[in-house]
Amino acid sequence: MKAKQVSVFIENREGRLEEVLSAIKAAGVNILSLSLADTREYGLLRLIVSDPAKADKALKEGGFSSMLTDVLVVRLNNEVGSLQDLLCAVAKEKINLEYMYGLTIEKAGKASLVIKASDLDKAAVVLKKAGAELLSNEEIVSL
Amino acid sequence: MIWNEKMETMSREEMRALQSERLVATVKRVYEKVPAYRAKMDEIGLKPEDIKGVEDLPKLPFTTKADLRDNYPFGLFAVPQDEITRVHASSGTTGKPTVVGYTENDIKMWSECVARCMTMAGVTKKDIVQVAYGYGLFTGGLGAHYGAEYIGATTVPMGTGNTQKLITLMKDFGATAIACTPSYLLHIAEVLKENGDLDKIKLRAAVCGAEPWTEDMRLRIEEILGVSAHDIYGLSEVMGPGVACDCKYHKGLHVCEDHFIPEIISPTTLEPVKEGETGELVFTTITKEGLPLIRYRTRDLTSINYEPCECGRTTCRISRFKGRSDDMLIIRGVNVFPSQVEEALLRVDGVSPHYMIVVDRVNNLDTMEIMVEVDEKFFSDEIKGLEALSVKIGKAVQQMIGLNAKIKLVEPRTIERSMGKSVHVQDKRKLV
Ligand SMILES: [Zn+2]
Repeated sequence: MKAKQVSVFIENREGRLEEVLSAIKAAGVNILSLSLADTREYGLLRLIVSDPAKADKALKEGGFSSMLTDVLVVRLNNEVGSLQDLLCAVAKEKINLEYMYGLTIEKAGKASLVIKASDLDKAAVVLKKAGAELLSNEEIVSL
Repeated sequence: MIWNEKMETMSREEMRALQSERLVATVKRVYEKVPAYRAKMDEIGLKPEDIKGVEDLPKLPFTTKADLRDNYPFGLFAVPQDEITRVHASSGTTGKPTVVGYTENDIKMWSECVARCMTMAGVTKKDIVQVAYGYGLFTGGLGAHYGAEYIGATTVPMGTGNTQKLITLMKDFGATAIACTPSYLLHIAEVLKENGDLDKIKLRAAVCGAEPWTEDMRLRIEEILGVSAHDIYGLSEVMGPGVACDCKYHKGLHVCEDHFIPEIISPTTLEPVKEGETGELVFTTITKEGLPLIRYRTRDLTSINYEPCECGRTTCRISRFKGRSDDMLIIRGVNVFPSQVEEALLRVDGVSPHYMIVVDRVNNLDTMEIMVEVDEKFFSDEIKGLEALSVKIGKAVQQMIGLNAKIKLVEPRTIERSMGKSVHVQDKRKLV
């Protein structure tokens, strides 16, 4: 079960991030989580949103370099060591994690995060086997 | 001093007669030996006998870089390959280099021309000359080297790239002359100044070329280094450095007219312009054996002055270059066409993104940055993917033109577009 992430290339210019966010707002899309990876000259903004296709379209129309990327949204127990156990299982299968960022912490004792791995399908199988729950975009919105 | 009094000071009438005689022989020879020239002449019904002297030059068809490319590699050579003793090559517009072949006589003639130029700069056999042009396929290094040796000067083949070594030897040997690109010399001058070494050198003459430079730059080099700096001109297709050079009066570059006949044409009508007017420089070689060129379009814009010079030379002088009639850039002495960059980008992923070449001069050295728009075809959601893309583009460009360029990824639609044809070059160097 994969989820869609919106990835946006942005130059390190003043106000540029704000412009991306306002384009998404204008499209009426809600941002659930984001992560920004940056270098000296540019950054990559990764977003989990309520409607990825709509956000992607709005961004492209606004002149941004945007695309939809497959990621895994992993839901696990919010307790000591559970993330480490999962990652251990992934590492054993020689799957590289490309990046990872947090999504939500629920009152019910669950937490979820976004993971991009070198082999996404294999990672999905391994994570499920290790007891994690994988969420679709619809499920994320209803959390 | 004048290297070749006879050739450099003859009357205009004598020069014209000599040129006419050599032109007639050259046209006859290329018609017989080079099928491509014969085909061009046959096409317009021109026979070698129709060319009786310099006045008939405009009847002849032009030769362009495309002709060299179409006949790659040896198709325009007028002698069998076993008579070619050296080959040079420069980068072409579509990746194929332009190949130039020289016979033993051609190398001698080239050495003679460079010797004339270096003599204009005051170089004699007593001098120690450091040649700091690139050696190799590029004509700069070996061209200047052979000329300096021909004079009998002590010639030091430095090449480029190791400025500290160059300076050490300049001091230790007591080098009195240098041949390199003007921007490199200015860089050397600043390093010498920074190190407080200016009073430890004996340099007095500089012969600089292979890239455009301004009179201001020349004066600055003279001022910092206390040298007499001269502008040497040439292009590899025609020969290499040594086609023309300015004497101590710096009022234009004396052309080695007994070997190369210059003409100025209008780049639009292709007709000769009135004497003294600016237009595109065209050369016809009249002594070259390996690769004779008939009316070769240099794309360099200049004008010609036929008045005798204060230095005593009667050879005509071309003025400092006023630009180009095409989009070629000269970066660190290397000829670069935007189309080459475009092709390199195309090779990276089979897509042609929007790009802009930004050329600048930082600390007197040319810099080249290529801005590339990141669109969907050219995108990764991982930093390492984008970094790999930059490296890949950089390598493709390096392979295509032999220069390292800084690759800058930018957002789509951030590079300016003009109406119709997009502008791909921003040259921030103040050269004209
Ligand atoms: Zn003169």
